[in-house]
Amino acid sequence: MIVLSKRLVSKRIFGACLFLFAFVITTPAAAIEIKRVVSPGGIEAWLVEDHKVPIIALEWAFEGAGASDPKGKEGLANLAARTLDEGAGPYDSQSFAARLQDNAIALGYDAGRDGFGGSLRTLSDRRDEAFELTRLSLAEPRFDAEAVERMRAAVLSSLRRDQADPNYVGRRLFYSTAYPGHPYGDEIRGTLESLPTITPDDLRGFVKNGFGRDRLVVAAAGDISPEDLGRALDHVFGGLPATSANAAIPDVEPKGLGETLVATRPTAQTVMLMGQTGLKRADPDWYAATVMNYVLGGGGFGSRLMEEVREKRGLSYGVYSYLIPMDHSALVMAGGNTVNAKAGQALDIMRQEWKRMADEGVTEEELADAKTYLTGSFPLQLGSTQAIAGILLQVKRDQLGIDYLDRRDAFINGVTQADVQRVAKRLLDPNRLLTVLVGRPEGVTATRTIDGGS
Amino acid sequence: MLPNGPTAPPPWKRPWRRLAAAGVLAFALAGATPAATPAFAAEKGVFFPETFTLSNGMQVVLVTNQRVPVVTHMVWYKVGAADEPRGVSGIAHFLEHLMFKGTEEVPPGAFSRIVAKNGGRDNAFTSWDYTAYFQNVARDRLELVMKMEADRMSNLRLTDQLVYPERDVIIEERRQRIENEPADRIGEQINATLYVHHPYGTPIIGWPQEMATLTREEAESFYKSWYAPNNAVLVVSGDVTAEELKPLAEKYYGSVAARPVPERVRVQEPPISAARRVILRDDEVRQPSIRRNWLAPSYRTDKEGYAYPLQVLSEIMSGGPTSRLYRSLVVEQRIATSAWLGYSPSSWDMTSLAAGASPASGVTMEKLEAALEADIRTLVEKGVTEEEVATAKKRMLAEAAYARDSLTGPAQTLGAAIATGQSIDDVENWPVRIDAVTADQVNAAARAVLGQTNHVTGLLLPLQDKGS
Repeated sequence: MIVLSKRLVSKRIFGACLFLFAFVITTPAAAIEIKRVVSPGGIEAWLVEDHKVPIIALEWAFEGAGASDPKGKEGLANLAARTLDEGAGPYDSQSFAARLQDNAIALGYDAGRDGFGGSLRTLSDRRDEAFELTRLSLAEPRFDAEAVERMRAAVLSSLRRDQADPNYVGRRLFYSTAYPGHPYGDEIRGTLESLPTITPDDLRGFVKNGFGRDRLVVAAAGDISPEDLGRALDHVFGGLPATSANAAIPDVEPKGLGETLVATRPTAQTVMLMGQTGLKRADPDWYAATVMNYVLGGGGFGSRLMEEVREKRGLSYGVYSYLIPMDHSALVMAGGNTVNAKAGQALDIMRQEWKRMADEGVTEEELADAKTYLTGSFPLQLGSTQAIAGILLQVKRDQLGIDYLDRRDAFINGVTQADVQRVAKRLLDPNRLLTVLVGRPEGVTATRTIDGGS
Repeated sequence: MLPNGPTAPPPWKRPWRRLAAAGVLAFALAGATPAATPAFAAEKGVFFPETFTLSNGMQVVLVTNQRVPVVTHMVWYKVGAADEPRGVSGIAHFLEHLMFKGTEEVPPGAFSRIVAKNGGRDNAFTSWDYTAYFQNVARDRLELVMKMEADRMSNLRLTDQLVYPERDVIIEERRQRIENEPADRIGEQINATLYVHHPYGTPIIGWPQEMATLTREEAESFYKSWYAPNNAVLVVSGDVTAEELKPLAEKYYGSVAARPVPERVRVQEPPISAARRVILRDDEVRQPSIRRNWLAPSYRTDKEGYAYPLQVLSEIMSGGPTSRLYRSLVVEQRIATSAWLGYSPSSWDMTSLAAGASPASGVTMEKLEAALEADIRTLVEKGVTEEEVATAKKRMLAEAAYARDSLTGPAQTLGAAIATGQSIDDVENWPVRIDAVTADQVNAAARAVLGQTNHVTGLLLPLQDKGS
């Protein structure tokens, strides 16, 4: 086993530019050519064609599918995701799994907050088998009672296991407080109470209603031509219903802002989580918020939160901030862990940094550094065939346009200090944070204490 | 844990089902085939690296991959937590943190800031056998990171003001990684019990009472002893050729003077004749689990030729939903919600093979343990079939084809292999050696390792065992 870590960053720093070569970074992302493929049957996908490795990756999503499980059936979409590859068409669970394994095909599904995702990776000489098994899993999943029971037991087991994880307890408490009565407040895997009520017929109904071509978004990468991909799209997805019947999900603002909740747990450290209303992906201020977040706590070493909490005071191994854009809400969040006795101190510093950013924005130098990082590091995400397909899918789902990778740098480089100041003032208010603490924090005034957390 | 850091959950809590595809290669030497060869062929060649040695003895390994104009740059030191003097556990990992505290040319904290400013990402990690530092950057920033990494190989400058706040950070790291979660606490205890005398029983991050007393002088002493170019390996993967890399490596790393480095003297385990049990009861635990570890040979200590057969065995027992343990305990008997067996041969000294499971609802731990033992006994007594071996090998070779489709994976695999005593040739021959494994060899290895009775069993239980 490996202890991964990383340290770093103290305060003054900066004579450091002796090693800086040039400042303008070329944009390797632009080197990637994205093709728009439309199948004979009218299904669109984006493709990065690359024949250097004999691998094909396909990523897809049904927008909105499973984003709202029926009341009392929480966990339905996730259980479907776990069970779709547990037998389909003529193959029962074991023979379906054997066909995947023997051909080194990785097929998986994932129920998300705003949609239902699928993912396929295959060697190109096994692609016919891979596409056929994928088609079967979508069109003719069996949901045999044995497989459903087995997957239900596995999900229940994972839910129980997570209850020993204070990070998980903190996340659950945060979301259930911020979004009571809304699907965003529910645990996507369901609950110990809801899971036993889900039947194979519920799963069949979910697939029938949710997997329509009107909600389908597809991206591909690797060793396949546009023509072959077009044929594959029709084969895999062509038989699905034209339209789906997903429930409409209302927009929602996070609740509980200004509250400080403490869940008492007998742990050595306090887990801290705080957040308030953020920005949706389509917001014109998105890039300014991205820069702001990088400087505040999104940049790992060198961010203000890491500098103040970890480097100067040694209070924490990790402290960070991040943006969560959702289809129907948005959050700006921060979190970290610290020894119980210092929780109050760490929390005060985090709130001070929240205020400092709102009051002062970023310096010219911080702005410049954020831009070179955010533009330069992006291509590092294109490290594998599957990663490329995954990024294409995200760009497509976010409706950013097929030329987005070429334009992304300009959006980031166009951000000004005034933009960051404006968005920081708009978003960051230390008095309106929903704060959740799990552990035995000292020096914290709770507005509500929850015994035992979960 | 950091947002950008690579993470690997311990096998104890690994939900293996989702890892079925990656499982074969999770620890093992990854394999891959170039575009030209059929995907399932067992031919020599995995990453097709180039290698050369600098005049000061530093080895350089390069895997060219020109898909995207980026590179992974790694320096591996052949020293880890198991090389620490007794009483200063955690010093290897502490030094890893302190390596970011600056030199004359790169002030404290500037290293990662410069990398980030240049659009790159950097990090480091420590194991029992090695310590590695890496940066992922655009190809035109390779020279920049080489210059900085070579600089801190011999010019680290530490002060008390830099060292002691960082000691608080590693203590928080320990709390976060281990003390806050019962599953990680029992993992540490199992290790400490399995290795009675060898330093693999000491946690990499250190024991808390020793971490609290680590000093600047001890870190400097460890640095001076082990951090030398002749004890390091440079591994670069990505969009760069040997013609481009060679002059840069000579210029930056080649100018660092070689120094005498201590022999790696590790104590040997004494004969252990007793089975041992470790039980952690904690009020936080809602989902109990069991795990059993047996000592096993690593590639380097493998005198009997068990390492490759044990990898095949691991695929047969645990390589996905059709594997023996999952089929038996989860699908057929419905006694467990998960079941697994894992083996990692990349280790300087011996390693371990482990199996584990979580009970299905209403199943007692006694029943689960008996069922797990029964499957192991069946394996040892009746062995595996030729067909099982053939299928497993086919799967492993096919999975191997994916390994090259990554920027960091090849560098990780090659660096870890060399730091634990393997050669590049060993890595490149992985598919051939796996393909050569026979059922008889698998059975002999299974009997030798799983037949041992001096194993360690770990039970993670709720405070009140309600018999479920």
